[in-house]
Amino acid sequence: MAGQPTPESLDLLEKLVAALIRRGITSEAAIAAKIASTDRASPETGARMVARAWVDPAYRALLLRDGSAAAEAMGVTMAGQPPLGVLEDTEALHHLVVCTLCSCYPRAVIGYPPHWYKSAAYRARAVREPRAVLAEFGTVLPAGMQVRVVDSTADFRWMVLPARPAGTEGWDEARLAAIVQRDHLVGVSLPHAA
Amino acid sequence: MTLEPGAKVRVRDAWPERHAPMHIRTPHYLRGRQGVVARHLGTFANPEAIAFGRVGEPRDLYHVVFDQPSVWGEGAAGDTLMVELFEHWLEEA
Amino acid sequence: MTDVPLQHDLGGSQRFRCTAVEPDDDAPPTGFDKRVDAVRSVLREAGLFTVDEMRLNIERLHETDYFGLTYYEKWLRSIAAVMVAKGVVTWEDLS
Repeated sequence: MAGQPTPESLDLLEKLVAALIRRGITSEAAIAAKIASTDRASPETGARMVARAWVDPAYRALLLRDGSAAAEAMGVTMAGQPPLGVLEDTEALHHLVVCTLCSCYPRAVIGYPPHWYKSAAYRARAVREPRAVLAEFGTVLPAGMQVRVVDSTADFRWMVLPARPAGTEGWDEARLAAIVQRDHLVGVSLPHAA
Repeated sequence: MTLEPGAKVRVRDAWPERHAPMHIRTPHYLRGRQGVVARHLGTFANPEAIAFGRVGEPRDLYHVVFDQPSVWGEGAAGDTLMVELFEHWLEEA
Repeated sequence: MTDVPLQHDLGGSQRFRCTAVEPDDDAPPTGFDKRVDAVRSVLREAGLFTVDEMRLNIERLHETDYFGLTYYEKWLRSIAAVMVAKGVVTWEDLS
């Protein structure tokens, strides 16, 4: 559920933080630094990784073999983060990521998850009627393309490497990165050249 | 047990959470289902222990692919589900 | 009788079968949300809190809270429960 926390929750958070500070476990500065570093993670990071994979076969191979190393290669600090796995779309196979048990999401390379990703409706329906869910995002897959729903249940976090769209021949990496959006990295929609 | 890609497996048809407090990363909808190992993802501490503050013994984690329509009795032929599952939830099929 | 064994195990749940996913429902995280997330990270790095402890203590919330609290309110409840259970803080600290 989206929305504002209750006054009781705001109070609980401040009491918890105060107690942790009193016991020397953290500080306001440490919390502020953590927020700043989390804020730096955004879908632009994942988009840059995708664009590089589209133009650089060696990077693409690394991305698919070891997503965490590929993120590090783009300057993302992955120490302490769950391992990143990357799922390669093809002309015949499209991946859609969900976490039915909670809301696991590759925050290190996409940032904070959108509200709908955490919703009960998405978690319940993506594994059972993925094409209906895709349609709610305006996504209709080409004929013959199969859907593979990836339920993110355990230690990895998963990002989709979409297929490079037609009409982008000759584009450089920055131009390609600009057409890749968060929803493409989750698999609820597909990038287009426009 | 080390499972190779392509190995046929069955998810244990067990429901321990009905009998005791548990923390299980095997979704209910896969219990008893047959799938195919896509790859070994690594070895991770057993979440069923860590969740309760105990030491989690190392367990192999696999990516396993399942036919999607047969799980639900609906859907498009050829669609699949791919899920991370720990070795102790898998039996050779 | 519910259609899933535990409330959090939502894959395929009939209860939400007819609930549309709202692609536009995408409010950015609030200051509260970011602060809760930061506290979680700090505690994880201090070795005081694992993701599975957090998941378990969200799964255990009363159904009203599980489906009624905001996402990061649930995180906060879970963090507080685990920190009290481990003796890192006390209920008196939090009340």
